[in-house]
Amino acid sequence: MSVESKVKGIISEQLEVSVDKLSPETTFEDIDADSLDIVELVMALEEEFDMEISDQEIENIKSVGDVIKYIESKV
Amino acid sequence: MELSGKCAIVTGASRGIGRACAISLAKAGASVVINYSQNKEAAEEVLKTIEECGGSAAIVKANVSQYTECEEIVKCAIDHFKRIDILINNAGITRDNLLARMKAEEWQEVIDVNLNGVYNCCKAVIRPLLKQKSGGRIINIASVAGIHGNSGQANYAAAKGGVIAFTRTMAKELGSRDITVNAVAPGFIETEMTDNLSDAVKEKIMDQVALKRFGKPEDVAEVVTFLASSASYVTGQVIAVDGNLSM
Repeated sequence: MSVESKVKGIISEQLEVSVDKLSPETTFEDIDADSLDIVELVMALEEEFDMEISDQEIENIKSVGDVIKYIESKV
Repeated sequence: MELSGKCAIVTGASRGIGRACAISLAKAGASVVINYSQNKEAAEEVLKTIEECGGSAAIVKANVSQYTECEEIVKCAIDHFKRIDILINNAGITRDNLLARMKAEEWQEVIDVNLNGVYNCCKAVIRPLLKQKSGGRIINIASVAGIHGNSGQANYAAAKGGVIAFTRTMAKELGSRDITVNAVAPGFIETEMTDNLSDAVKEKIMDQVALKRFGKPEDVAEVVTFLASSASYVTGQVIAVDGNLSM
């Protein structure tokens, strides 16, 4: 499975939005994710990809595409 | 029973208020993780008492002022009971002294256990709690000293006041996940912690208690169990269990 579909799957599960509503351009604001949603998403990503994401890096994550790009740069 | 299938962690559960909370939660059906820091025999006695009542529990040694040891408490809960629903931050110490004579270590030790311990345990518990997605209950044992202040307890009162502010903040952060966070503020409760006060001091305190008796650990445990089992629309509150002590 590609990083993109894995990431979309995790976001869809964590934030309870259907995968077909997620494109790289979708921002977390678009899908009404609050700061705790983002923290929970990061926890799930850290677990899935066995990595640690710093607070500073979390701040730069605004859209689904940001997450995909970030994960792709690390794995 | 109302708490069957739930797992509760109680820190400092070998004696006093923690012990009473552990037993009361177990009687309500919860599986209990009994944390202690020094008195293993007392912790085992609590375990035995719970098992004799038909409850289930496990004991784990940990000093809550150390984060890595708090992770052990969480591990114990997951290993034995596969989940965590309730955290009772009860572990606490006193190093009473007037400020003019209070040593830096006396200040620090109390802050480390009574305030940092609450942060450490909440921090260790929060990930599994969020991941379970089934809500949760955090109850912090504060003190009336943390509300009114108490001469000779600058360290203790500061830590407990900190716990109260922490409680109110956590209630806001975690409310959207159905995790309630409340504090119970005991007044004068008959435990080892209050045992060594002089009779003169005890008499003076008694004068200020409307109910004209000192509290028992069970009086506090009752309120804690209520917050842990019912009270689903109560969060961010500080409930004094003090017989109306006017400090």
